[in-house]
Amino acid sequence: TPMDEETVHDSFNQLIAEQSQDGALSEAFELQELQRELTEEENDVSHLPGREHEPGGRGQRDVELGEDERATDPLIADYWSPATMRILSSMPSRTIGRNRGAIISQYYNRTMQLRRRRQSRPSIKHLEHSARPSIRGYGHGEDTLDAEVGKREQLVNNLRNLSVSDRVRMLREMPLSVAEKSELRRLALQKERDTQGGRKLHCCSRLKFYIIILWQVALKRVSGRFGTGVLSYFVFIKTLLLFNAFLCLVTGAFLVLPQVLFPPVPAAGRPPFCGLELLTGAGYFTDTVMYYGYYANYTLQTSCGDEDDGHHNASLSKNATLECTSTQLSYNMPLAYFFTIGVAFFITCIILVYSMSKSFGRSFRIEKSHGILAMKVFCSWDFKVIRETSVRIMSENICTQLKELLTEVGHKDDDTTLGQQLWRVAVHALAWTICIGSTAASVFSIYQFSEYMHGNLQESFRGSTQEPLLREASMLALPVLVSLINLLLPGLFNLSAWMEDYESPSVRTYVSIGRNLILKVSILGVLCYHWLGRVAADPQLKCWESFVGQELYRFLIMEFIFALLDTLFGELLWRLFSERVLKRRRKPVFDIARNVLELIYGQTLAWLGVLFTPLLPAVQILKLLLLFYIKKSSVMMNCQAPRKPYRVSQMTTIFITLLCFPSFLGASVCVTYTMWITPSLSCGPFRELKTMFQAGKRWVKDLEKANPNLSMLARAHSYLVEHPFFLFLGAGIFLIVIYFQSQVVDGHRKIISLLQEQIENEGEDKKFLVTRLQSIHEQKKDPKRRERRQ
Amino acid sequence: MGNKQTIFTDEQLDAYQDCTFFTRKEILRLHGRYHELAPHLVPMDYTNDPDCKLPLALIVNMPELKENPFRNRIVEAFSEDGMGNLSFNEFVDMFSVLSETAPRELKAIYAFKIYADFNVDNFLCKEDLEKTLNKLTKEELTPEEVDLVCEKTIEEADLDGDNKLSFADFENMISRAPDFLSTFHIRI
Repeated sequence: TPMDEETVHDSFNQLIAEQSQDGALSEAFELQELQRELTEEENDVSHLPGREHEPGGRGQRDVELGEDERATDPLIADYWSPATMRILSSMPSRTIGRNRGAIISQYYNRTMQLRRRRQSRPSIKHLEHSARPSIRGYGHGEDTLDAEVGKREQLVNNLRNLSVSDRVRMLREMPLSVAEKSELRRLALQKERDTQGGRKLHCCSRLKFYIIILWQVALKRVSGRFGTGVLSYFVFIKTLLLFNAFLCLVTGAFLVLPQVLFPPVPAAGRPPFCGLELLTGAGYFTDTVMYYGYYANYTLQTSCGDEDDGHHNASLSKNATLECTSTQLSYNMPLAYFFTIGVAFFITCIILVYSMSKSFGRSFRIEKSHGILAMKVFCSWDFKVIRETSVRIMSENICTQLKELLTEVGHKDDDTTLGQQLWRVAVHALAWTICIGSTAASVFSIYQFSEYMHGNLQESFRGSTQEPLLREASMLALPVLVSLINLLLPGLFNLSAWMEDYESPSVRTYVSIGRNLILKVSILGVLCYHWLGRVAADPQLKCWESFVGQELYRFLIMEFIFALLDTLFGELLWRLFSERVLKRRRKPVFDIARNVLELIYGQTLAWLGVLFTPLLPAVQILKLLLLFYIKKSSVMMNCQAPRKPYRVSQMTTIFITLLCFPSFLGASVCVTYTMWITPSLSCGPFRELKTMFQAGKRWVKDLEKANPNLSMLARAHSYLVEHPFFLFLGAGIFLIVIYFQSQVVDGHRKIISLLQEQIENEGEDKKFLVTRLQSIHEQKKDPKRRERRQ
Repeated sequence: MGNKQTIFTDEQLDAYQDCTFFTRKEILRLHGRYHELAPHLVPMDYTNDPDCKLPLALIVNMPELKENPFRNRIVEAFSEDGMGNLSFNEFVDMFSVLSETAPRELKAIYAFKIYADFNVDNFLCKEDLEKTLNKLTKEELTPEEVDLVCEKTIEEADLDGDNKLSFADFENMISRAPDFLSTFHIRI
């Protein structure tokens, strides 16, 4: 009705009056195209029979418009009414990220929300009031100069009232130029006269700075040549280095240092140093601070009373000794050992779970299969790659991937016959049989060989016929066997995967990782059984913990040596061979997944060994440092950029998850089990105790005796720790929380699809309103045309 | 703080530290890089905010940008005058947005400017997409394939059905791509 038209026109009046004059000529062309498209649509629509009697008279208008279209030349510059042009040119979809006023009002709203401490994401409650989110959130197009200045002042005011970290975060996130941001900052800080200059770096951020600049140049060179995929391997080395540095610091400060300052009486008959110790960890190193057996099981105390000469008489001397004991520093070694290891593991667990959840959050995608092509086009170019040949390879890769995706998108058919499907299943079954079979065979051989070695060891205790050096060198046999298996079997897995046919390269990668993981977990499982089951129960071994510690040291060193050999043969010699003999220009490709799994395996050994060898993290740090430089030089010299697509965030998440779940969890289960079984009687800090846990319980009992008020606490503690009911309760609550969160994620998914529908409808509404506005304008401003038509 | 430098005042360095994702040391290092692009043009003393802009041709010769097919668009996206001439502020801005710690939203805004021909309109239309694709693949795809890819991309990402990608469509698509943050990153 004409009344409706009036109100529609009036409600836009205000907006029109507030529009800034925009040089919208270029936009006019684009808008004209839109109009042409729309009217073409409507032309088609209007040709359908029976459309003239559409409700709301839309069909009629469209027909009229269509006639108008045919009558006028579409390239006349003022075909769009200026009002419509102004509206269209200031719509948020055209001004986001470009129009300064829009940015300022958007950030004004955000700082406002931050100040009121509301959620920055709109909650579900707010959605019901928004029929038009486009109008709701974006400052209504009040873009005149005065309005902008006003908004700017309000933004400065808001910035002033935020906390320092919030203000810095807001400033950094604004998509304005640095000059404008510093101007805003200057205005916001103007009123505050307190000294911001010379702000000293918080010690935490200073540490973070040093961590960030470690190896920065090397990482840049690697990423410039090979891209983000290979870079993630080296970043993983850096992450592991940080974990080990933390462990090393903790054990060094609380275990090694006190013991070094108060050495126990040295045992007789320490063998002299010969080079073999570096490999075997036995011999000269046996009775040193490296191993569990060296640590005292009493309270270390500083000695006192030596400085006093005998000036005091008897009574005074008693007082003096009393004072002496009270000012003595005492350090309960067993308790310290128990708690240090426990707390170190606990903190490592927290850090791991935190980084895993952060990484998972970054890489999680709610809808998996939608939009793959678009993402490949926009997100696959790796801006870090600098070298010309690598850039060329990357272009070729992207080209290949796009072609593959096109053919996939083209025909997603499965017209494989039954015979072909059966053949594929048979090939898969064969490959899996080979892999599982070889894994089982190697595990069995390790089991048998470890039993044989253990028999040898027991014999050597009864009476040694070999010379001691040979005996020690023979201890290296088991680690060599295990490392050999770790080196050769993944090659076998690769071969069997080569004959298989997978749907996508990522499935291939996951299967390969899965098989390698099964191999490593089984190997570590049988080794743990050997150490904790066989060796620990052997009554002839006087100090089985030190022996296990030495074994782990040997395994770590052997793993390092074999990694070096693998680099040498796998990369350097292979490249020389393929260049000189086979005369191919293709260098070997750096297998990221296999190398990362090797790192995780090494780290599991390190975690297993911390309890028995407090200095093992230091050895691991040395090993990682050397490995970084060796691998880097090898990669730069011998390898080429990867040709297969590699999804970095997903793989990084998988690797951190693997580090947390099988690796750390397994290590902590083993350590917990070790704390449960009887420690050896003649060495170590837990000599007389039934289990290692007794150290903690004894301390609690001592506290209780010293201070009867704490008895309630002590009883509560013992009740909590010893009854499994609370464990089950805790696990149950944990599972309920997880289920709840998964339901929330499900709900979010549904809301996302609803909102997408809403967006489409909004687009339709927009089109409708704009064309309606245009037609109304024409009807109002051109009565002659109306008459002509009528 | 350590050795006294005279390139920037303390207040300027604080401002840079608050407004970008760089620390003071990194800002000084960036100034060194900017200076070595044109040692006779760039002054060593920035305390009074000299008005010095380096032309596009010099900036795209940096090793970090030289082989990048989008180098011209990257530099143009950050220059005030749209012609690719960068002052030191804009230089810092560019590498700050492309640094590791910049948030996804900020990177998406500039990625849109780089991939869309930002001088003409605020939309990613089919022609823009074709140009982007040709730069990505160094024109290895046949015209039919390019056409098909463009159509399917727009079909996948367009939400409001206008056959063009607005910034909202682009940002929505980017938010579902976990690799975007790690690939849209230049190390300096």
